[in-house]
Formats: sequence, C-alpha cells, structure tokens
Amino acid sequence: MDYHSPASFAEASALAANASGTTRFLAGGTDVLVQLRSDLVTPDTLIDIKKINGVRDITRNADGGWTLGVAATGAEMSEHPELGRDWPGVVEAMDLIGSTQVQGRATLTGNLCNGSPAADSVPAMVAAGVTVTVTGPAGDREVAVEDIPTGPGRTSLDKGEVVSAVNIPARGENGGDAYQRFIPRTEMDIAVVGVGVNLRLDGDTITEARVSLGAVAPTVLLVEDAAKAIIGTSLDEAALDALAAAAEAACNPIDDKRGTIAFRTEVAGVLAKRVAKIAYARAKGE
Amino acid sequence: MSKFHVSTTVNGDSVEYLCDPRETLLDCLRDKLNLTGAKEGCGTGDCGACSVTVDGRLVCSCLMLGVEAEGKQIETVEGIADGDVLHPLQQKFVEYAALQCGVCTPGILVAAKSLLEKNPDPTEEEARYWLAGNLCRCTGYDKIIRAVMDTAAELREAS
Repeated sequence: MDYHSPASFAEASALAANASGTTRFLAGGTDVLVQLRSDLVTPDTLIDIKKINGVRDITRNADGGWTLGVAATGAEMSEHPELGRDWPGVVEAMDLIGSTQVQGRATLTGNLCNGSPAADSVPAMVAAGVTVTVTGPAGDREVAVEDIPTGPGRTSLDKGEVVSAVNIPARGENGGDAYQRFIPRTEMDIAVVGVGVNLRLDGDTITEARVSLGAVAPTVLLVEDAAKAIIGTSLDEAALDALAAAAEAACNPIDDKRGTIAFRTEVAGVLAKRVAKIAYARAKGE
Repeated sequence: MSKFHVSTTVNGDSVEYLCDPRETLLDCLRDKLNLTGAKEGCGTGDCGACSVTVDGRLVCSCLMLGVEAEGKQIETVEGIADGDVLHPLQQKFVEYAALQCGVCTPGILVAAKSLLEKNPDPTEEEARYWLAGNLCRCTGYDKIIRAVMDTAAELREAS
C-alpha cells in the first residue's frame, strides 16, 4: 500500500487518476481503517487529504451558507457555536454516529463516500440541500449530496475525483431541520430507518420542504411526494398522515436481523411524522 | 515496501519511529515505543480499549495510522500518573474496584480523563454517553461510573 499526503486537492486528484488498483482517500478513517484491518478493502494507494490547507475549517460564508472542510469532524461540528443553531438536524445526525472516539475522527464526507444506505448524516444533508464540491482531472464540479451514492458502497465519483468541500446552504428565515433514526438500542448502532426533514414557513404554512429517508432503499432517498404532502399545509393531522403514507410508499428496504421490510416501512412513516414536527417547531423558533 | 519516518510527541516526550503505512498508531505505540497500556480489543473502533488523545481529542488508536501521528501530541494511559503518584481517577478506580480483568481500564481512564477536562461537572447520563464507546465485559459499568462521578466531585472540591 502506497501512502500519500498531498498538499492540494488537484494533487490528490492527479495521484488518484494515475494510480492503479484500489484507491482510497483517508480523512477520519473510521470506515477506511476498519475495512483495511478486516481485509475487506486493502487499498493499493491511500491518499491522506488531511495535510491540505483548510480541510478542518468550518466557515460561514458571506451569503449565510457554510463551507465545511472534508476533514472537519463530528465533534468539531457539535462544538461549533453557530453551525448547530442554523442546521441542528445536520449536526444532530452527524453526532449520532458512533462513540466519542469515533466522533473525534469521523466526517460528513467520509459518511457520504462510504456509500452506506444507513449513513446517518446523509439524509440530513439531503434534506438540507447540501452539495459537495468534487475536484477531478477536469476541474471542480458541484454535486448534490443525493447524487453521490449509487448503491451500497458505491458512488458516482469517477476515477481521479475527490470530494474537496461540503457546501451547506444559507439557513434563511423561518426554517428548521431535524433528523432522527430508529435503532433497537440507545446508542452506538446503525440506523434501521433514518429520516431527515427540512422546511420553511410563511406564518403557519409550510412553503418549502425536503424529506429524505435512510436505510429503506439501496441509497438514501429524496422523497418528493413526502415533501409535496406537507407543502401548503400547517402540518395538521391530514398532512401528517399524507406525509407518512408518502414516506411508506417510497420504501424499498431489505429484510435483515435489524428490521423486517414491514417494520422498516411502518417506522419510516412514524418517524417522518415525528421529525417533521420537530423541524416545524424549530422553524417556528420553539 | 517503503517505511515512513515519523516524529511525534507522546506524553510530552519527543519520539521517532519507522513504520509501514498499514500499521496503526496502536501498533506503533505498542510495538515500537513499548507503550503497551493501550490495548487492542476489537481493532475496529468498537470497544475503546485502545483510546488515546491526539492533540487533545479522544480517538481510537486502532482507527488511526501510525504515519498520521507526524507532528501530533499524543497522550496515553502511561502519561496519566505523575511518577509513582496515581491520578485521582486511577485512585478512585482502585477504591471502587472499578475493574476486574483490566483490559478496558487504560482506555476508560484516558476517556474519563478527557471527559473531566472538557466537562468537570458531568451528569451521570453525560458520563455514561461519553463512555459508551468503552466496552467492559466484567464490571457492568456501575462501579466505573461511580468512580468517575466521585473523581469529578473530588476534583471540583480541590479546584
């Protein structure tokens, strides 16, 4: 295994483009090292991006949006005094991943590029409308988070491409987001279902919404029908029931030891209602 | 395969080692620096027996490569006592019999010390969540939590 620690993303991209065999990028390593140690994936080329300037930064931009470096950790996001006020759902989703020790290393970008359909931070990012900057041999492009995973463990990134920044939109007025997952324990488990909701209000009426489901399909889903079910409503009982029905209809889960298809589908509806209520209360400033 | 020369600081001492890029920080601490306090329990970041701090941040040393330690400040369980004088946490672990086989203990001491530095007055729930990544198969955790909470109270009185 060749180890590289380039000084720029252009250099990281060139290293990956010219590498043969299996290439992995290393940020927090909480998936890459587990796969390496258990002989699941032994990279021929490992590219540590943490020597690149700015990769740990969490920056509020002039337009109110946020740029997160790809090695900013869950712990750093939770400790940030302002990020969680703008985007509590994104921060709480990241904070659910693993132990204190894992939080000290794990990153949004790693969670995304690991390609797990049960990744906790990904539905929250999809709901929030987060994009990532992808640096490749042809330069930079900006890609919506929902367009990165293509299946369990697979992404749409081409050879030589590396995620170089995470872009969270400006929160704006009267908005709120939330994320919850179901697990059979209280801590340190993988989502059986995860739901992220982000919405905006005009008075009591929802004017914009994005609903995302995790762990109920081969990839994290952006469920437009679930958003349509609550847009234009004040999240009354009828809207909540329509939201749950749309969430259930979008599910295409697997049966496994942590949850059956029927259970995951039902829980998706239940959680969608709960999470939407939290996002709504946050948007109201409650 | 080429080896990497790494210069880092462990418990305040400058150290150097040569490592293969596949070796973890835990491998380097144990096999090159003879600091065998951190243990390999699972090797996959689930058990916390290998806990150390890196630049003040609690991490699993099995989930970090030895090459990544270049220029960092590492603290391990070996740095907790002041010579022969036990740290208050270590003293309380003895008093409360908060260990049996002892494999998890170095990691729990490092993790608990990190908690008390960040939050000198944790609730029991906060302490339990903070230590959720440190598995103990002997004690049932109760004595560990009581030892940590009593240490916190004692350190608050002393300060």
